[in-house]
Amino acid sequence: MVENRPYLTVLSHLVVILGIIITVMPIWITFVASTHPIEHIMDGTIPMWPGDKFFENYATVLGAGVADAGGIPVGTMLFNSLVMALSITIGKIAISLIAAYAIVYFDFPFRMACFWLIFITLMLPVEVRILPTFAVVANLGLLNSYVGLSLPLIASATATFLFRQFFLTVPEELAEAARIDGAGPWKFFKDILLPLSRTNIAALFVILFIYGWNQYLWPLLVTTDESFYTIVMGIQRMTQAAESLPLWHLVMATTMLAMLPPVIVVVVMQKLFVKGLVETEK
Amino acid sequence: MAELHLSGVQKIYPNGYHAIHGIDLGVADGEFIVLVGPSGCGKSTLLRMVAGLETVSDGTIDIGGRVVNNLEPADRDIAMVFQNYALYPHMKVYDNMAYGLRNRGMAKDEIDRRVREAAGILEIEPMLDRRPNQLSGGQRQRVAMGRAIVREPSVFLFDEPLSNLDAKLRVQMRVEIKRLQRRLGITSLYVTHDQVEAMTMADRLVVMNGGRAEQIGTPIELYDRPETTFVATFIGSPSMNLLEGTVAEGGTSVALDSGASINLPDPRADLAGRSVTLGVRPEHLTPAADGSGMTLRLDLVEALGADTLLHGHLDGDERRLVTVRLSGHFAPGQDSVQVAATDAVHLFDRETGGRI
Amino acid sequence: MIKRVTFRNPWLPYALLLPQLAVTLIFFIWPAVQALYQSLLVEDAFGLSTEFVWFENFEELFADPLYLDTFWNTVVFSFSVAFASMSLALLLAVMADRTIKGATAYKTLLIWPYAVAPAVAGVLWFFMFNPVVGINAYLLRGLGYDWNHYLDGGDAMILVVIAASWKQISYNFLFFLAGLQAIPRSLIEAAAIDGAGPFKRFWTIIFPLLSPTTFFLLVVNVVYAFFDTFGIIHATTEGGPAGATQILVYKVFSDGFIGLDLGGSAAQSVVLMVIVISLTVVQFRYIERRVEY
Repeated sequence: MVENRPYLTVLSHLVVILGIIITVMPIWITFVASTHPIEHIMDGTIPMWPGDKFFENYATVLGAGVADAGGIPVGTMLFNSLVMALSITIGKIAISLIAAYAIVYFDFPFRMACFWLIFITLMLPVEVRILPTFAVVANLGLLNSYVGLSLPLIASATATFLFRQFFLTVPEELAEAARIDGAGPWKFFKDILLPLSRTNIAALFVILFIYGWNQYLWPLLVTTDESFYTIVMGIQRMTQAAESLPLWHLVMATTMLAMLPPVIVVVVMQKLFVKGLVETEK
Repeated sequence: MAELHLSGVQKIYPNGYHAIHGIDLGVADGEFIVLVGPSGCGKSTLLRMVAGLETVSDGTIDIGGRVVNNLEPADRDIAMVFQNYALYPHMKVYDNMAYGLRNRGMAKDEIDRRVREAAGILEIEPMLDRRPNQLSGGQRQRVAMGRAIVREPSVFLFDEPLSNLDAKLRVQMRVEIKRLQRRLGITSLYVTHDQVEAMTMADRLVVMNGGRAEQIGTPIELYDRPETTFVATFIGSPSMNLLEGTVAEGGTSVALDSGASINLPDPRADLAGRSVTLGVRPEHLTPAADGSGMTLRLDLVEALGADTLLHGHLDGDERRLVTVRLSGHFAPGQDSVQVAATDAVHLFDRETGGRI
Repeated sequence: MIKRVTFRNPWLPYALLLPQLAVTLIFFIWPAVQALYQSLLVEDAFGLSTEFVWFENFEELFADPLYLDTFWNTVVFSFSVAFASMSLALLLAVMADRTIKGATAYKTLLIWPYAVAPAVAGVLWFFMFNPVVGINAYLLRGLGYDWNHYLDGGDAMILVVIAASWKQISYNFLFFLAGLQAIPRSLIEAAAIDGAGPFKRFWTIIFPLLSPTTFFLLVVNVVYAFFDTFGIIHATTEGGPAGATQILVYKVFSDGFIGLDLGGSAAQSVVLMVIVISLTVVQFRYIERRVEY
């Protein structure tokens, strides 16, 4: 900093560390709870250190599931979440890339109309059109299917704008050089534009994977068959068990598993994640 | 190897802007033509029309006996070097050069042969495995050249290829490009706004202004016999001095508006009494004995070593700046000097600017 | 908007846009139009006949004290979340920015809650505050406060605000930190030479320069609290107790799916659409202004 004030520096570190402790606390408690037998949690003396039931609890949820949540093994839910998250991510990136390419590199009637149509989706989050969207998906017979889980979510104005923005910064001469080199629209896209976009694609992948994995309301609506439950919504089924008290140790183990994939993605790909976050808000 | 013919070429943009007003130009096989002019004169547009990057509104472009107006750039048998090089940043130098050949479906070993040969000519063999961002400006320039060479095209197109280089490198590359073009004997069209570059490189120059070709000719023709005041001031550095005056009775001299008088080497009786613009290059003004020339009041003296530039104005004309180029040194401390014109003076119509 | 050199092809651009447009039309535009239409209809109890009633659904909606309560809850919830998560994030960002050593490590340790699903964040805090087994409820009992979000509406609201803010701190932290790091050092040094202490420097130099970031984050946080927190509410309080934590998006869902009030739910959807559109407009105006700087 500007001047040397050791006590202020120490204070800064302390405040940040305190912030981190408060941030991490819920995860620690959750992890601890997921390693104890249910009796330890229910008897009123809340444990602060991990117990000895780590393998047992995680094996139970992964393999057998929790009866209140339809007895679906969490392993299946994790798989469903993965399929949904990847379908949404890859789908969004793919259709946004080609749509942005069309808008930036082609001149055709109704170009701006198409652009605005895509823009409007920004203003229509699923939360504001729950019922009619559900009706459409039901009429198409897509309830309880991976297509129904992911397809209605893959139109993305944000991703299209991001790619459009990026394409506009690509020097015009590259396209011209490619034309002289005999590359048509498809070759130019595949050989030049796509490789140049890979950092943007990767950054967007991180953001969209988290978005897809964390979907809650939509899977809640379109899955009635337990075998299509995703993990994030599956937890809710466990906590809201009507007949009995929640089996907290298993709920917490499931919660840990639900958090793990997106958190790992963010921490491992931190640079790309920050880039993606900043760029999608432009 | 081919001839290039433009006839009546026009460019009118959809918004109505008339960028090119009808250009006729015949380029001989192996000739090096430079399009030169100030920014916005249409020189780049014309080049891009030849490349096929802009559509032709009217007229025809003919390369090697084939009208190419409606052909894709790739089918015109041309190669282009861009101002910012336009190298594909994610491809290695080798792949940058090979890309166009691969798109043509050329055999691998033939591609390899051509790339290595071009790399040899340009002395960039050690860089074939690098990416463009690992190269210096001059090296990128060579790669861009290499990409054009491997195509073995009928026509080379250059769009201000040296303007992103520093001054020293620019001079060096200028010589290299010219030498290379001679060696390969490929018809070339070269766009620049730098008249020195234009003069030194061109077999023939096209001076463009406002979407028209003001004059087409060899550098010496343009220097010795500029057809318009625009060409007269654009070619040559420092610019030609233009002085207003009236041709005297008998056509033996021009009475300048400033009061001084300049003798004409060849009497022009036909012009007697006509208002003219007299052009004389700075290097064609020489010191004269007292009383025999015009008095130049000095504003600024620039010593360049070999030459000295004197900037000032003539007695009786405060407005018009006049430059004189002296070889050798100039004794400091003088605030005026007597100058006289040598034989090389040019007369232009004062209204149209055309040579008379 | 478009490149100087464009490819010419009569059908390719449409083919490229087709997937995006198809999904948009089928799953976005059509349902939105349906919602608009249905908001003007009333369906009888058996779903056999519908009647066109113009704006009756909206009139009913705004005459319904339950809906107005929900509206108020949403406003309280949103601004509490925005205020709590932004002020904490700003504090942490300023402190982290001061620490030259460790700033990167701190960043890594603070950003990951962004990746936690809202519903999961809700469950974490739901557990910690659980009156029977939760550590926070236990600690509060030690302080003499009898926490029970199952019965006390205030407790429930605080619970969802904490969960929602906790998740959002990392996002705000990242943007504040980026904003702070974009402030030229020379400016702060100049202020120091002018005799401004660290605290004064913050309020007179740093905070005003951060105001574009702050405003941007305010809009983003409000949007987040309005629309992305459904999971937090649904996975924990389910709007209870007695509707104390019922927010607008939750009510659309519960009236539509549980109450099966088609027209009413559609009218609520339309109200939400209007809110999103206005917030989006505000956000874009802001971006336009930011470009000028």
